[in-house]
This record gives sequence, C-alpha cells and structure tokens, in this order.
Amino acid sequence: MTFEASMARLEAIASRLEDDELDLDTALALFEEGVAELRAASAFLTQAETRLKQLNEAADGVFRIDDLRD
Amino acid sequence: MTARRRGGPPSQSLGALELFESEPAPPPGAESRSASRAARAVPPPPARDTREVREAPRRAVYVEESIPGATPGSAVSVMALTATARDVLEGAFMPLWVRGEVSDFKAHRNGHWYFCLRGEDAQLKCVAWSRERRRIPAPPDDGMQVVALGRLTVYPARGEMQFSVTRMEAEGDGLWRKALELTRARLQADGLLDPARKRMLPRYPRRIAVITSRDGAALRDVYAVAQRRCPSVEVVLVPAAVQGDSAPESLCFALDQVARWGDVDLVIIGRGGGAREDLWAFNDERVARALATCPVPTISAVGHEIDMSICDLVADLRAPTPSAAAEAAVPVQSELRERLRMSAETLSALAAERVASARNRAAEYSSGLARDAARRVERRRLDLESSGRRLHALSPLATLDRGYAILRTVEGRTVRSVNGLEPGTHVEVVLRDGTAAATVDRALPNGESTSPRAVAGAAP
Repeated sequence: MTFEASMARLEAIASRLEDDELDLDTALALFEEGVAELRAASAFLTQAETRLKQLNEAADGVFRIDDLRD
Repeated sequence: MTARRRGGPPSQSLGALELFESEPAPPPGAESRSASRAARAVPPPPARDTREVREAPRRAVYVEESIPGATPGSAVSVMALTATARDVLEGAFMPLWVRGEVSDFKAHRNGHWYFCLRGEDAQLKCVAWSRERRRIPAPPDDGMQVVALGRLTVYPARGEMQFSVTRMEAEGDGLWRKALELTRARLQADGLLDPARKRMLPRYPRRIAVITSRDGAALRDVYAVAQRRCPSVEVVLVPAAVQGDSAPESLCFALDQVARWGDVDLVIIGRGGGAREDLWAFNDERVARALATCPVPTISAVGHEIDMSICDLVADLRAPTPSAAAEAAVPVQSELRERLRMSAETLSALAAERVASARNRAAEYSSGLARDAARRVERRRLDLESSGRRLHALSPLATLDRGYAILRTVEGRTVRSVNGLEPGTHVEVVLRDGTAAATVDRALPNGESTSPRAVAGAAP
C-alpha cells in the first residue's frame, strides 16, 4: 500500500465515519482499518536517506531496479 | 588528389595536371578563412610533365598528341571532362560555409532538397541529400537569408556545378523556429497539446523515474532535492543520451521502458542547460509523441529558462530546470507528518463521536422514546421514498424498520456469512425493537437444499 493510497483510504474512512447513522460495528471496524493505514503511512516516512536506483531491463524484458552509487 | 598517369589504370577522369596546363583554375574568392584554406588546397599550377619533354624533345608532337584533349585526335569525352572537373573542384575546396539568399526551393519526393543560393549577380545550385541533412532543422523558405555548409562539386549528368549542403542556419534562428512551428502544428493537429490532456501529478509519489544521462547534473539535482524534501521518495534513473544524433531514439527508448515497467508514480525527463543544439532532442517529434503517450504523469525539465521545448508543451507539467521539477514532484516530509497527525486526530474524534451517539441511541430506546424514534424514522423513510431517494434504505436502522434483522455473535460481531456458523453456535438476533438470543441449528450456503441427501451431494 503506498502513502498516496493510504491517505486516500483515510480520507474515505473519515467521510464514512461522519455519517451519524453508521452502526457502531462498522464504525469501529473502519476505525481499526484507519489505524492500520496510519501505521503503514508513518512507516513510509521513516526513511532517512533517499534511495537512488537505476532501472535495468534484462534481455527477456524483465525489469529490475538496482542501487546506483558512485 | 593525385594526377593519374597516362596508361595507368583505366579511368573516366583525366589527370588534373594535364588540364591545368591549358587552363589553370582561377583561385577561388578567398574571403573567409576556410575559403583561403581552400585556395591553398588547389594543386600547384602548370606541372607539365617536364621529365618526358626534357628526355625526348624531338618527340614533342607525339607528346602533344598523347595529351588528352590537346589535339582533335586526342579529344576527351564529355564524361571524362566533367568527371575530371568534379575531381578538381572537390579536391580544391574544403567544406565551407556560404552566405546567400534561398530561392527556387523544392523538396523532391525522394527526400532530397534542391534550391539556389543567390547573391548579387551570382547563383549557386544547391542540393541537400536526405541522408545528409539530418542536422538541418527545417527546410528553408524562398527569400530566407542563410549560411550553408557544404562541399562544392559537379553534377556530371547536368554539367552543373553544385553545392552539396549538410548544415544550414538562417538569420534570426529562422530554421529552428520554423522546425518548432512545424512540429508543434503536427502535434496540435493530433490533439496532443490540448490542455485537457494534462494530468494531475500524484500528491505523494513513492517512486520517481528520471530520464536523463547517468553523468549529467540533472540526476544529481533531482536527487539532492529529494533528499532535502522527502528522503522516503525513491529516485530511479532511466538512463538515456540527452544530446547528439542518437538522443531522440535513446529518449524514446527510455520512455518506452518506463511505459512497459509502469511501477513508478511520476517521470521527470530532462537535462541541465546547454546550447540550443544540445537541447534539440527535446524538440524531436518522436520524443514528444512518446512523452504524450506515457502512462505515468510527466514533468519536462529541459534546462533552459526562456525557450519552451516541444516536450514542455506535451508534458503534464513544465519545469524550468531539473531541480524545479523535483521541487514540484516531491512533497515535504514534515508536511506529510503533519497531515498524518491531523488524519489520526480526525479518526479518533469521529470514532469517539460514533460511540457516543450509539450510546445515546441505546438510551433513547430504553427510556420509552423508542416509539417516537421509530415514528421519526418511518416518517423520514416515507419522505425519502416519495422524493425518489431510496438510498437511506441502506442504513441499518431503516433496514431493521423494514423487517430485516441483524445477526450477531455473542461477542457482538456482525454475521455476514454462514461460513463458520457451526450447529450449536449461540447468536443474537437484533430486531427493530429488541434482541433475541438464538442457537444455530444448521447452516447451509446458498444453492444448497435443506434435504440431507442434497447437502451430502453438494460440491465442497
């Protein structure tokens, strides 16, 4: 799950939670899901150094990204 | 160029030395530096075959007769003469720049261009062969003042002197501008410059591809900005030549790779600044078309502040430099943290609200207000139905109202499937006005009959 997708899902969850008629069961399930998304999104932000890679294509058309360090 | 000796290998061309005997070539106009170099390149004059003359003075007549073209008897063919003239001219001049006004321009079907360069009372027939004019950005228009680089030669079939042009520049960058306009018009005609085609950039890219040269400043700049703003974003180089004749093809290939790979959120294509000719690959129509069809959002970053490149027009966003492209692409990490924090707050606040309102509802029902609440719900349901908005029927309260029930485990989990409902499981049935305790007798998936035989025969 990417940060972008996590943020989008969090926004969707929040807007569903705004519905006053939502049953508690669903509300709590959505809340738990939101917490998991928050955790995933925070993990993305722990990277301290930018990873620099290079795209390499093998003869069979399979792509690999390798470290690029000079 | 060497003079061919008589009796040597058969050749259509005469030796230049013999021809110069009768009519030495006039020194070409030596205005420019290359022209004076060309003048020096003219073979040394007369160069009569003195050895033969000295050794056999009495055989002078024989010698004269054996010089091609010296007598009616030794007349040379037209082909031999023109071929020789061609050899002389080609040997006499290095490729040089000539200034003049273009006239009678004609682009032949076979891809070659034919035109004249005029100046004062003189004109020069010119040709630009299709395979040699790749560095000429666009065909010139009649009347354009140009300088053209070419070789002087003779076209024997017409007996004409001809200037074979490989490069050309027009006053005020006319050819470059014309080339840009032609490309732009073609892209426009295909709808590729439509502003509606521009896509939004992803707000939180996880991975950015950079199509540029491995050793250029562009990659370093993008990397530095990413590191400063948000180190979580991965930078992936897709190497390509960004200048020279192979650059357009190389850039197209890199774009094609990105399209086939696809595992990236954004592409920056560009290079650091340079001379206009160095940046020309980014005006190539093939590159522009590949960029326009890239499935991933694109930023062009060709290092020039003033001119727009064709890629700039086609990309989803135009950045003046690779650094600026990275600034536009990479969010600031501290802002992301702040957003997450706010998102977490919203989430807990809303969850707390839902818990509180559920508690209130329970209190309402148990304090004798249930009838009022049910009436309110019923009234609203009628209102909504009458206005054609039946969406509310999806809300759990209304559903209960219509006679449906919610099945819950004793732990309070809603039961949505017969899977895991073993006979003997205790469950709760929630109805509009209360809850009933129940025990599962038997659970059968849809499509299975209640007859024991049919259950036994059903596929797992």
